[in-house]
Amino acid sequence: MSKLVISSIGPASSVQDGGRLGSQRYGLTPGGAVDRLALAAANVLVGNAPFAAAVEIGPLGARLTAHQGAVRVALAGALRTADIAGRPVAFDSSMTLADGESLTLGFARGGSFSYLAIEGGIRGEPMFGSLSVNARAGLGSPYPRPLRDGDELQTIAASGAAERRIELPEVADAPIRIMLGPQDDEFGEEAKALFLDSEWKISATSDRMGYRLEGPVIKHLYDHNIVSDGTVNGSIQVPGNGVPIVLMPDRGTSGGYPKIATVISADLGRLAQIPAGRSFRFKAVSIAEAHKELRDFVKLIDALPARLRDVENFDLNLETLQDANVAGSAVNAIDAKTWHVPD
Amino acid sequence: MAASLSPPRLLPSGDSAVTVEFSRNIDDTANQRVLALDRALAREPIDGVTETVPTYRSLLVHYNPLRIGFDALSEQLSALAGEPAPAIANARRWRIPVAYGGEHGIDLEDVAKTLDTTPDDIVARHVAGDYRVAMIGFTPGWSYLSGLEKFLHMPRRQNPRLLTPAGTVSVGGVQTGVQCLAGPSGWHLLGRTAVRTYQLHRDPIFLLEPGDRVTFARIDYKTFAEQDRAAEAGELVAELIAP
Repeated sequence: MSKLVISSIGPASSVQDGGRLGSQRYGLTPGGAVDRLALAAANVLVGNAPFAAAVEIGPLGARLTAHQGAVRVALAGALRTADIAGRPVAFDSSMTLADGESLTLGFARGGSFSYLAIEGGIRGEPMFGSLSVNARAGLGSPYPRPLRDGDELQTIAASGAAERRIELPEVADAPIRIMLGPQDDEFGEEAKALFLDSEWKISATSDRMGYRLEGPVIKHLYDHNIVSDGTVNGSIQVPGNGVPIVLMPDRGTSGGYPKIATVISADLGRLAQIPAGRSFRFKAVSIAEAHKELRDFVKLIDALPARLRDVENFDLNLETLQDANVAGSAVNAIDAKTWHVPD
Repeated sequence: MAASLSPPRLLPSGDSAVTVEFSRNIDDTANQRVLALDRALAREPIDGVTETVPTYRSLLVHYNPLRIGFDALSEQLSALAGEPAPAIANARRWRIPVAYGGEHGIDLEDVAKTLDTTPDDIVARHVAGDYRVAMIGFTPGWSYLSGLEKFLHMPRRQNPRLLTPAGTVSVGGVQTGVQCLAGPSGWHLLGRTAVRTYQLHRDPIFLLEPGDRVTFARIDYKTFAEQDRAAEAGELVAELIAP
């Protein structure tokens, strides 16, 4: 057995997988990774099931060290500087930490959450079929709380398999698609138009429970208190102050504010990765379109293994990283020679 | 009485859930229909439905659109919702012990003052109630009960408290409730129970089901302390009095 020791890690970092379903009727939120595609890509790179538990790393940096043997890992999601013992490593790739070596990760750029998958998965005791952390409910394994410095993740010894990279489709810089409702009739035509036609930003006070939006105030037609009803990932509720909140996987299972719209499943991960301060728009789509996008999304996840490529050399890797539109300005902002963010 | 049943509204909640809404208000009849549809779906599952979440006025039905389309699901849900609700033959009935007032229920005195009566009268009225678990939500085990007598209806606090104790029994609006975990609340805190409606590593992890009946019994603070230790060790403390 090997283990990965968290030498240091920023807040909002936790073990997450596909989440736990079936207990929302008891008030237990599903949890799970906010960006399922990135979770799946990282896992597939090291031969895990797509929604196996991985480390969801928040916007700040982290340093992880292999102990008692080598550990094979993969990185996906929000780009950041990354090196093993000073050697730069690329995202959307697997890599092996020799015993005693550390992987050092910088701040997230062009996104909020990165995923570190570990070959063989993270050893833990699933509750309701999941290792995902839900600190309020005392759930999550090996730690029922976000990760802290000094925590240890038990895993298998690295297999020694050849490293892989994965070619992911370009992330469209397109509007976040929503379906109106279930309570869009609590809002007038003007308020709905304002919601759909405005530029929005994610507030820095957002977390895994909800992303607060910055933009115009959305007024209700009637009372802002409705009788509580059920919520889903992506519900956009509008409290009394008119500031919409997109509910994320650690949401309350019920809520008493009108929900003007719901983000479609295929766009939840893309929304989760919009960095604080970047403008974006919403676009209303039909249920038929949302279902088509979901089918395509599921097909993409299922077909991830076919997108794996051998890593021939580092230059290729670097090229892939630069080509990836997800990187965008983030990669351009990094000096490739030193692999550091310019001051 | 089937003819008098108005059809529920079927509202898509995104692409993987549908809200079956029976009423916009807190309405006992609507809640009974919610619970009846929930039971019907448990009895005759629809392929592709992944989980259901009953609330006061609506049933949230999560589904996998790769297995069932919205139209087919809506049709089946409408048909089930249109059937008259069979009476709940054998709802479970729990007696939940509560230590009222003092540090365990810091709002009891104020509630009594506001309603122009004594704390003992508030407690007597609260324990006389025959309640039903209308929904469980917000946080694990937070059980919202319907059946609060009109005299005890009170608007929620202007300033919700950011932290209220685990096991708090409170009233807010037309409802009373038992919260399991410490957390924020805008309700008026009448007392505390040692009963854990949610406890890991206990069988069952969740004590109450939507539709269960609940009554409260007054206990003293010493008994609360004893029960709290027993509950911590995994005892239910709540008493199953029927069926």
